[in-house]
Amino acid sequence: MDFFLYNKFGQMLLVIIVFAALIAVLLAIAWAADRWIGKGRRWAALAVFGGPALLLLAVGLIWPAIRTFYMSFYDAGTNNAVGLQNYVFTFTNTGAVIAFRNTFIWVFLVPIASTLIGLIYAILVDRSKFEKIAKSLLFLPMAISFVGAGIIWKFVYEYRGAAQEQIGLLNAFITWLGFEPVRFLQDAPWNTLFLIAVMIWIQAGFAMVILSAAIKAVPTDIIEAARLDGVNAWEMFRNITVPSIRPSLVVVLTTISIATLKIFDITRTMTGARFDTQVLANQMFDYSFVFGDNGVGSAMAVAIFILVIPLVAYNIRQMAKNRAVRG
Amino acid sequence: MSVEATVPEVADVANRRTQRPAAATKFRSLVTNRIGSAVAVVIAVLWTIPTFGLLISSFRPEADIKSSGWWTFFSDPSFTLENYQEVLFGRASSGALATYFINSLVITVPATVIPLVLATMAAYAFSVLEWRGRDWVFVGVFALQIVPLQMALIPLLRLFSSSELLEPFPFLSVWVAHSIFALPLAVFLLHNFMSDVPKELVEAARVDGAGHVSVFLRIMLPLMAPAIASFAIFQFLWVWNDLLVGLTFTGANNAIQPLTARLAEMAGSRGQDWQLLTAGAFVSIILPLIVFLALQRYFVRGLLAGSVKG
Repeated sequence: MDFFLYNKFGQMLLVIIVFAALIAVLLAIAWAADRWIGKGRRWAALAVFGGPALLLLAVGLIWPAIRTFYMSFYDAGTNNAVGLQNYVFTFTNTGAVIAFRNTFIWVFLVPIASTLIGLIYAILVDRSKFEKIAKSLLFLPMAISFVGAGIIWKFVYEYRGAAQEQIGLLNAFITWLGFEPVRFLQDAPWNTLFLIAVMIWIQAGFAMVILSAAIKAVPTDIIEAARLDGVNAWEMFRNITVPSIRPSLVVVLTTISIATLKIFDITRTMTGARFDTQVLANQMFDYSFVFGDNGVGSAMAVAIFILVIPLVAYNIRQMAKNRAVRG
Repeated sequence: MSVEATVPEVADVANRRTQRPAAATKFRSLVTNRIGSAVAVVIAVLWTIPTFGLLISSFRPEADIKSSGWWTFFSDPSFTLENYQEVLFGRASSGALATYFINSLVITVPATVIPLVLATMAAYAFSVLEWRGRDWVFVGVFALQIVPLQMALIPLLRLFSSSELLEPFPFLSVWVAHSIFALPLAVFLLHNFMSDVPKELVEAARVDGAGHVSVFLRIMLPLMAPAIASFAIFQFLWVWNDLLVGLTFTGANNAIQPLTARLAEMAGSRGQDWQLLTAGAFVSIILPLIVFLALQRYFVRGLLAGSVKG
């Protein structure tokens, strides 16, 4: 018994066993209800199958989100109402301008660049001999955590004074070309772009996979017809490929935008938000969990939420449209 | 794209002038292919070199890492496992990542299994069971995906802090938090897959007197195996690589923090100790890389179902 209570692996097994037992009991209830009860059996099945997930979502996501909204109008310890003060602070504190500016640059550049690279690559390797391996290479960073990617790129960007031998790949290349080494992560405002490159590195694979599948789904008769008409590669891309994969393009762009809006790991790992690289999501983390100001932290969370809404609304509208087209 | 765009046009002109369509087409596709391949190779190299450099570096002795670039490894090879020894089992200040690796594992397994089971059951409720308001509730669950984790963190954390179970079972809050945050996407994904199962199949079984439990266990689960696998990989990678939930729900408790939290901290406090950072980073990405490479097919399938099907 000690193993299950005091050992990490034991606790892990214990929680899985307890969970399995719970599920078994639930299914047994549904099974019994299915046999014996006439009228209520539909509701019994619904409660067993849908109940646990819906309950957890209500308690763990919906209620906390509402609570956060509420807390954003209160002071640090949620004791006194402060009106809109936290929001005013969110938008006007000394770091806010930089955090908002950077967040917008991130959300603007990452989706466009990742999608473009993913699309070009998907087209280039499509039906080539090495397609599978080529795709895996671009896709691989998706398996790497933002923290891991942050360290990988911090090493690429590593800076040494001009007198020393460079150990970072980029600066070695730059000095080899005869230029002065660059402090990639310290020199604002360009350092934000070098952080953004890491996110592009991770997301391009995602874009590539989705777009590649979309490209393969373009009906061959359209392509053949265009080819017979003597359409060249650019026209084919412009007039056939892009319009055909438009729905997927929208999904990829919005999905990456949303992910980018919430990212804080890269900034945290690579610069610790110093050197003017702060972003909204990291600021939210700092205020909530480092400075312990729940009011301001909540207001920042709400700000992120509000920024996400138009993206999602667009995404859902697009999906509805696609569905209507497909019938 | 402009390079690619102009080249075929040039070839087009050549095509018309010489009146030899076959040869011209061949020339054109050859040029496009060459440039295209070159671009593809450049992208592929850019996407691989950084990780490769990290891997090489992690095997070089400390003095070498700090004094010369990893590419000198090829002209002047030196190899050691000491970095791994130090970062995994060395002093606490050099990482002691072995403990954190175990923490990540202990966090990830239940945080993958629990939402997977719950979401599969919920998907059944949303695709096979028929009840009033079903579509609306489903849209609601789908919409929850937009709520940033940040919105739920503080209140959920407070909810746990009043729980007495957390003392004897410190991992409980991380497990539960991850499970909850996974549900909207999981339900959505698995529902998409389950809706593809022919209705007749379920109806035939129902007519034969099979209850929902046996339809779920005997028909749906086997058919859903690939879908379940794809979400399992998804969730495994997500939890293993997560920093936000790991940081907030383990508090400052080093005994239960995941690898990512420890590494992020080291990147700050030991930012110049590349022998530790390179080896440490590799320790943290090795498991997801193996899982990913071995099960890529399922992962891609899940990705496509989640984002394109709608």
